[in-house]
Amino acid sequence: MSLILSPNIPDPDGFYETLINAHEGLTKDESDALNARLILILANHIGDRAVLAAALKAAS
Amino acid sequence: MVAQRYRTASTLYPYSRSEDQDGSVQRHPVVVVGGGPVGLGFALDLGQRGTPVLVLDDHEGPGLGSKAICFAKRTLDIAHRLGAGVSMVDKGVVWNVGKVFYRDGKLFEFNLLPEDGHRHPAFINLQQPYFEEYLFAAIKRAKADGAPIEIRGGNRLTGLDAQDDHVRLDIDTPDGPYSIEADWLIACDGVRSPVRDLMGLSFDGRVFEDNFLIADVKMKAPFPTERWFWFEPPFAEAQSALLHKQPDGIWRIDFQLGWDIDREAELDPARIRTRIDAMLSSQTGDVPAYELDWTSIYTFQCRRMSSFRHGPVFFAGDSAHQVSPFGARGANSGIQDAENLAWKLHMVLEGQADQSLLETYSAERGCAADENILNSSRATDFMTPKSDTSKVFRNAVLDLARDHVFARQLVNSGRLSVPCTYDDFPSFGEDTLNGPEQTRPGASCTDAPVDDGFLLDQLNANFVLLSISGDAPEASDLSGNLFKSLHVATPSPELAARYLGDAHQAVYLIRPDQHIVARWSSFDAAAVARALRNALGKD
Repeated sequence: MSLILSPNIPDPDGFYETLINAHEGLTKDESDALNARLILILANHIGDRAVLAAALKAAS
Repeated sequence: MVAQRYRTASTLYPYSRSEDQDGSVQRHPVVVVGGGPVGLGFALDLGQRGTPVLVLDDHEGPGLGSKAICFAKRTLDIAHRLGAGVSMVDKGVVWNVGKVFYRDGKLFEFNLLPEDGHRHPAFINLQQPYFEEYLFAAIKRAKADGAPIEIRGGNRLTGLDAQDDHVRLDIDTPDGPYSIEADWLIACDGVRSPVRDLMGLSFDGRVFEDNFLIADVKMKAPFPTERWFWFEPPFAEAQSALLHKQPDGIWRIDFQLGWDIDREAELDPARIRTRIDAMLSSQTGDVPAYELDWTSIYTFQCRRMSSFRHGPVFFAGDSAHQVSPFGARGANSGIQDAENLAWKLHMVLEGQADQSLLETYSAERGCAADENILNSSRATDFMTPKSDTSKVFRNAVLDLARDHVFARQLVNSGRLSVPCTYDDFPSFGEDTLNGPEQTRPGASCTDAPVDDGFLLDQLNANFVLLSISGDAPEASDLSGNLFKSLHVATPSPELAARYLGDAHQAVYLIRPDQHIVARWSSFDAAAVARALRNALGKD
């Protein structure tokens, strides 16, 4: 599997809203911690080291 | 005069005057500097093979203090081959239950259930002086059987002149100085290696800005044989804390104190007791009765020499490479250095291999040192995050580890030392078996039951040609070779799983240090001869 960079999320506006809402009322430190946990959970779900490496590269 | 640099735990090899101190300068084939675990292990291995070896040590026994306490399975396998393993395992502590805490709560616990079909557990906890004493006892037994090993205590190296083909050593003793020469010198003289300094060789790497307080505590009441590790413990103003058991009712406690500390104040016994009381009572509310057996503060570095061989001088153990204590990779890797070098030097001195074989020592053990430094640096970076973001991720891992198994594998307080697999070295291969990954060429043999004993017991000196199932190779095809043939007609389930996988039969060529040279699905005399030449560095 290669990294998907074409549209892949149904209801993109709804997802984006959920993501932002998850941070509502959090301090900067709490938000950073949430983001880190989220990245780790998603990374574990993906699992494929090549895909993760490609994602890191795309994000950098 | 030979000044004491440290207190010794016991006197094993008291100074006595040698004939070398009178008359002309004597030449020895192999001289070892340093009678610690690596020097003693090397001398025992070489001497049992029949090569004369002289060990010089400036003390008269093992040093007391903050030393190795965790000996991994590979080390025990080697010690067993050398005749010292049984007393180590009898005395050592085996623990299986570990608990990981974060701030004031327990994150998870694990049970290291031992895998069946091995003589030895994954590791034991044992104070280093015992390890040295048992090696020394095995040396005494080997000497009684004729092994040409000599240990000279109270002999301090003060000068060294390395030529292309020999080394001249200046030595101080209680009776004054004398000199000897050595064809080969093995520097097992520790992290502050005098040999390395006298040769002006560099030792580069990374300093970790942290102080660790060690307290060995003797419990006067029952206390669980478990390993407890805290990240950011709520007590004791430490970044991490570790507790685990050693023999003789001693528990080792480590506190990670950070960089800017007042050493004198931290070593005040009253202050140390306050920390320990808080730790020991954190789970039960009660402080068990205990006494302080030993305390010290250490810092550490990760560094290595660029080459472990300089002409006739070899470096082994901490003199060649230094790692953080996390993962127990210091003494354990040093013992493997010694084992890697002993058979090679013996075969070269016996004329069974060319000197090119000795070149593989630094390459192979350098690879192992890099692996150990990598693992130990990763553990250190997890325990002491080097940036704000690194700390955010570290704490996210710990938060997730409470509920999610996937995050527990990211929690890193040290990865236990396992032997390096020498992948991609020209002296290993072929591999036509399509067998299990763990027994590929370059790997050290994993143990398995054979008959009433264990496989590793049969791999005890020279090259071994191991054939599993199928027919034993014809004796006429093997004659004149440097190996013994071992045929296991009916493999145990563990041997089959670890060495056959899906294959019905297999042939392995195994080095004297129990690393696998090559493997095939059937015996081919020409292929075996080719692999053997390769392993001896002849091509």
